[in-house]
Amino acid sequence: MKPIIKVKDVKTIFDERVIHNGLNLTISEGEIYGLLGPSGCGKTTLMREMVMLQDTHGGHIDVLGYNIDTISTTNSQKLRQEWGVLFQAGALFSSLTIAQNIALPLQEYTDLSQTMIDEIIKFKIDLVGLKQEDAILYPYQISGGMKKKAGLARALAMDPKLLFLDEPTSGLDPISARDFDSLILKLRSLLGLTIVMVSHDLQSIYDTLDKVAIIDNKKIAYEGSLKNIKSVDNEFIQTFFGKFNE
Amino acid sequence: MINSTLKIIQEKDNLTLFFMGKLSLHTITQNQNSIDKIDTLDLKNITIDLTDVNYLDTATAMFLNNLYNHFLSLNIKIEIITQNEDILHTLKLVQRDYKQKIDTKTLKRTNIFNKFGKYIYNSFLGILSFINFLGIIFATQIYYFKSPKHIRFKEIAFEINESGIKALGIVSLTSFLIGLVIAYQSAYQLKLYGANIFIVDMIGISILRELAPLITAIVIAGRSGSAFTAQIGAMKITEELDAMRTMGFDPYIFLVMPRIIALMIMLPILIFISDIMGVLGGMLVANIDLQITVELFIERFNEVVAVKHFYIGILKGPFFAFLIASIAIYRGLMVKNDTQSIGFNTTKSVVEAIFAVIVCDAIFSIVFTNLGI
Repeated sequence: MKPIIKVKDVKTIFDERVIHNGLNLTISEGEIYGLLGPSGCGKTTLMREMVMLQDTHGGHIDVLGYNIDTISTTNSQKLRQEWGVLFQAGALFSSLTIAQNIALPLQEYTDLSQTMIDEIIKFKIDLVGLKQEDAILYPYQISGGMKKKAGLARALAMDPKLLFLDEPTSGLDPISARDFDSLILKLRSLLGLTIVMVSHDLQSIYDTLDKVAIIDNKKIAYEGSLKNIKSVDNEFIQTFFGKFNE
Repeated sequence: MINSTLKIIQEKDNLTLFFMGKLSLHTITQNQNSIDKIDTLDLKNITIDLTDVNYLDTATAMFLNNLYNHFLSLNIKIEIITQNEDILHTLKLVQRDYKQKIDTKTLKRTNIFNKFGKYIYNSFLGILSFINFLGIIFATQIYYFKSPKHIRFKEIAFEINESGIKALGIVSLTSFLIGLVIAYQSAYQLKLYGANIFIVDMIGISILRELAPLITAIVIAGRSGSAFTAQIGAMKITEELDAMRTMGFDPYIFLVMPRIIALMIMLPILIFISDIMGVLGGMLVANIDLQITVELFIERFNEVVAVKHFYIGILKGPFFAFLIASIAIYRGLMVKNDTQSIGFNTTKSVVEAIFAVIVCDAIFSIVFTNLGI
C-alpha cells in the first residue's frame, strides 16, 4: 500500500520541555491509524503538526506527497483541500448554521451552483446521520454529539482522501460513541478514506483501528497492529491494554 | 458547624489530647490555638486519643500528622490511639502522600532581578510579535489589492454594518453632549468678557479638529475594539481559527483585513457625523445661553472656521481606525486557551487602543503645527 503520511525524526520543543525526540511513523492508504499514549505525550501536537497548525523543531513530515516544511503557499492551499479535520469539540463556525458550515468550502473552492451545493449538503448531512431539519440550526443550538457529526460533515464536504479526527468519541455517551465508531468504519468502506485519529476510548480503539502508534517518552514505543500489543514491554501499554478483553 | 471539643489533660510530663466528635477543616484552627498554649518544655510523652472521634477529614489528618512530626522532632514520645478503621485509613492516606511530596522538586527561587529581567524580555518578545503581526497585515494587504477578487466584500460590508452603522447612535449622542458641555462651560466665561460671539470660533475649531476625532475613536475603541478582541479570542478558544486554517481559509484574509478595512472606511464617516452633532450641541447652548441665533452662528462659522480644520479631523480617522482595529485583533489572537485570558486581553486591547490613539493625536498635533496647518 502507498504511504500517505511519513513522519521522520520529528522533534518538538515547548519552551524548555522536549515533547517529541525523533518520532518516526508511516501511515498507508486506506488505513484507520490511531495515535495513542499517556496524556501530555503529544498525540494532539503531532496531529497539529501534520495539518500544518504547528511547526516542528526538526525532522520532516510528508503528507500526500508534499513535504510540509518546504511546501509553497499554492501547494499548501491545494493540500488543505485534500484533507478534512474534525476537532475535539467540532469547531463549527458559530456565526453560521450547520448547512452554511458545510457549504463554506464548496462555495469558496468550487464553482458549483447553489442548487448543487444544497444537494451536496443534504447528502453529507444524511451520511453522518444528522436529520435534515438540523441543517438550519446554529452550533449553539445543538448537542455535543451533533456538533461532532456536523463537524465531520464539514470535514467531508470536499470529499477528502484523508481525514484527521481528534478524539472523536470523547465526551459522547457510550451509545453515541459506538454509533460514531460504526460511522467511521462505514465512511472508510464507502469513500475509501484514510483516517488518522487520536483516541483514548479503548472500545473505539479496538473497534475501528487497523494500526496504532503508541507515543511514550518522546518516542514511538510501538507501531503496528493491535493483535500483538499486549506482549510489548512498556509500562503504558501494559496498564492501558493489559486488562482489556476484546 | 463546629461540634468537636478538645480536652487537654496534663499529668507531670505526660500529656493527653482527647479529641471528641467531628474533626473537620473548620475545627483545625481552634484546636491549633489550644495546643499552641501548652507548655511543651518538660513533656516526655504525648498521647493523642481519637477514640471518641466519629469523623476525621483529610485536612485534620494532615494537621495531626504535622503535629506528630513536630513533637517527634522535639524528642517527645507521641502516640495516636484509635480503633476506628476509617480514621486509620485516612491517617495512612495522608502519610503516604506526605512521603511522596518530599521527593518532588522545590520550585526555583526567584529574586527581583530575575523577575524584572523576565518582564523586560517578555515585553520585548511582545513588541516583536506585534511587529510580526503588522508585517503579516501588510503582506496580506498586498495580496488583497493584487486582484479585486481577493477582497472579501461580503465580510467588509458585514463589519461596516456591525462596527460602523450600528455605532452611529452612540457616537452622535456622545458628541452632541460633549458639544453641549464645552459650550455651556465656556459660555459662562465668555459672558464675563462680553465675548459671546467667540463661542463659534471655540466650538468650531475644537470640535472639528480635536474633539470629534478623539471622542469617536474612544467610543469605537471601547465598542468595536473590545468586540473584535472578544470575538477573535473566543474563536481561538473554540478552535474555530484552527479549523479555518486547516480548511485553507487564512484568518488574516477572512477575519483580520475585513475588520481593519471596514473600520478605516467607517471612522472618517463617523467623525463627520460627530462633527455635525458636536457643533449642533454647541449651537443649541449658544442660542439659549448666549442669544446667538442659528443664522448668526452659521455666518460666523463660515467666516472664522477654516475648512482645513475639518479636513485634519477627518484625515485622522483612518489612522485611528488602523490603530484600534490592529491592536484589538492582535490582542484577540494573543488569547491563550483559557477564559481568563479573554478578559485580560479585552481590557488590554481597549486601554492600549485608546492610549495609541492619544499618542497618535499628539504626534499629529505637533506635525501639523510645525507644518503651519
